[in-house]
Amino acid sequence: MPNCKTAVPYRGTPEQEERLRQVIEAHKGQPGATMPVLQAAQEIFGYLPEEVQIMVAEGLDIPLSEIYGVASFYSFFSLNPKGKYQISVCLGTACYVKGAADVLNAVEKKLNIAPGGITTDGLFSLDACRCIGACGLAPVMMINDDVYGRLTAAQVGPILDEYIKKG
Amino acid sequence: MEPKMVNLKINDIPVTVPEGTTVLEAARAAGFKIPSLCYLKDVNEIGSCRICVVEVKGARSLMASCVYPVSEGMEVQTNTPKVRHSRQLSLELILSNHRMDCLTCARNAHCELRELAAEFQIDAVRYANDLMVPQIEASALHLVRDNSKCILCRRCTAACRKYQSVGVIGPNDRGFMTHIGSAFDRDLAEVDCVSCGQCLVACPTGALSEQDSIPEVMAALHDPTKHVVVGPAPSVRVTLGECFDMPIGTNVEGKMVSALRRLGFDKVFDVDTAADFTIMEEGTEFLERLQNGGTLPMITSCSPGWIRFCEQHYPEFIPSLSSCKSPQQMFGALVKSYYASTAGIDPKDIYVVSIMPCTAKKYEVKREEQRMANGCMPVDASLTTRELARMITQAGMMFDHLPDGEFDPMLGISTGASVIFGATGGVMEAALRTVAAKLMGDADAPLEFHEVRGIKDIKEATYELPGRTVKVCVASGLANAKIVLDGLKSGELHYDFIEFMACPGGCVNGGGQPLHASSVRSFTDMRTLRAQALYKQDENMPHRRSHESPVVKEVYETYLGEPGGHKAHELLHCTYVPQTRYRT
Repeated sequence: MPNCKTAVPYRGTPEQEERLRQVIEAHKGQPGATMPVLQAAQEIFGYLPEEVQIMVAEGLDIPLSEIYGVASFYSFFSLNPKGKYQISVCLGTACYVKGAADVLNAVEKKLNIAPGGITTDGLFSLDACRCIGACGLAPVMMINDDVYGRLTAAQVGPILDEYIKKG
Repeated sequence: MEPKMVNLKINDIPVTVPEGTTVLEAARAAGFKIPSLCYLKDVNEIGSCRICVVEVKGARSLMASCVYPVSEGMEVQTNTPKVRHSRQLSLELILSNHRMDCLTCARNAHCELRELAAEFQIDAVRYANDLMVPQIEASALHLVRDNSKCILCRRCTAACRKYQSVGVIGPNDRGFMTHIGSAFDRDLAEVDCVSCGQCLVACPTGALSEQDSIPEVMAALHDPTKHVVVGPAPSVRVTLGECFDMPIGTNVEGKMVSALRRLGFDKVFDVDTAADFTIMEEGTEFLERLQNGGTLPMITSCSPGWIRFCEQHYPEFIPSLSSCKSPQQMFGALVKSYYASTAGIDPKDIYVVSIMPCTAKKYEVKREEQRMANGCMPVDASLTTRELARMITQAGMMFDHLPDGEFDPMLGISTGASVIFGATGGVMEAALRTVAAKLMGDADAPLEFHEVRGIKDIKEATYELPGRTVKVCVASGLANAKIVLDGLKSGELHYDFIEFMACPGGCVNGGGQPLHASSVRSFTDMRTLRAQALYKQDENMPHRRSHESPVVKEVYETYLGEPGGHKAHELLHCTYVPQTRYRT
């Protein structure tokens, strides 16, 4: 699994960790505590790195494999932080039939990450998303709030180079 | 209170069962075996594989009988065209995502999936996936996982969580990507797996198998420079026969000895003999702690799965652990010291093989703190009961035709106390026999301690010994050990002496023992049947206390000196250190 371990180092602050401890304390011993605690953890840290999942596992006395199983099951949970530039490639039906898979492949190849992943420098994160309502422009990719439509795989490289230049 | 009884009909046959019984169990009472895959009684009851579906009159759809409780007046059909078609389709879909290399699979003829495919006469898999490639994870010393054979039944993860409370494996990701693995898909060697092998014996297919140590043992047997010595653990003699279709609980000690000799081992000794030394050392250590204010409770250290659990999950209890090596390691240490010097063989030329009910023993033999002062590791290779059975089969031996053989006496005579090591409570009883005799004299001391026998999760007993009341506890399965340890930590529980075994029921139910399908495991009390065979052997032994063993007397007199003395300590004891649980 390419996305199981994040490529960027953990940067949680003592304040964030203290907030998580309070959440864990409030839910400890209750049945079904995993989901609300993981949701709160993602709110606090923005994602669920291994360090945070271990804190949850230890705090709730639940095996880490169970925490990870839940975190990797729900698409709402992210194992990676978001990059400075968040790329979303639409894999909705219209985009898909217009060649979105090729676009996604081009991004993966260019940045050497898979959907759900982040580049080691933290600049780009990549997600495959469902319909963003711009089917007329299919296939569509978003980078933060910028929308790129009627894309071909060949256009991906130059577009990303612009962001790399900006840094 | 008597449970309320429920009347129902299975395939028109009336049957009366207690309330709360599942349809699958009720069907057995009526004489019908409903096929299943994910079901393992009391461990994995999730109704997910849909193989056990039945028609229930009035119900809208087919019901998973393994989780469907009986009710008054219920009418169930287990063998209608609709049921058969559904089961067959489920099976075909499972097979579509299963790498079918049955001929070369480690599980081969013992695969529950393969048995079902035969039962349902699946002669062609309509959705066969020929692109499956092996997904082998073999980082751990004891286990190989190949997820291309995994059917996601969750029996392994349930065993890891419910029996052991360890939970190092679980379903990761979702949908078609779902697979069983550790958190963050780390290798098993990198996580806090205790190597108990309960996942393996729970697995219905070839997705889990032991690391095969047969090639290295065969190589040693054919190496003319090696003097190859073997010793089987107490419980192996009451389980090995199952691999040759003998009833569960058959004692095959004599045939096993003959088989080992015919395989070409130079000496066939007995790990039982070493277990007597464990009692001598552990008993001495306990008395010493009791009388001189040492750390109590003292906790046994025979089970490497428990040791690893303690080091990783409860390091604060390491001072409580007995410093004794396990019988396997004492066996190797005695062979490579006492036997080597008596027989005039360089210990470096001796290759020691143990036959164990256990997969964790494969890990224990590689633990560095076990290394002897002469540089040798006590044991060179550890085989499971199953591996020994395979070696016997490969050698073309007709097991049931073998004559009864006898162990080589130098390290092959043992006592009833050591035989019962194989069952939960056995180490405690063996220790109590010797401790009580030391304090009260052989004639006055009790011989049997029935309070610590049996498969109850947690057993406790109080014994009045001269000058001191001793409170003992026996628990098997690490989930039960956890309950006891948490009780000790909170101050609710107080004991002087505790026996923990990683596997539920002790070694007779170890991860290296013969495999049985869920249909057998769920409805046979294997632990009790196997343990009974051990207690029966104990009853018939000429010596039933470890200190009465002629070998024990001889070795201490001529070689080791006093139990707990300097030389005994150097050879038979070790120290344990905390281990990290997570690696980030």
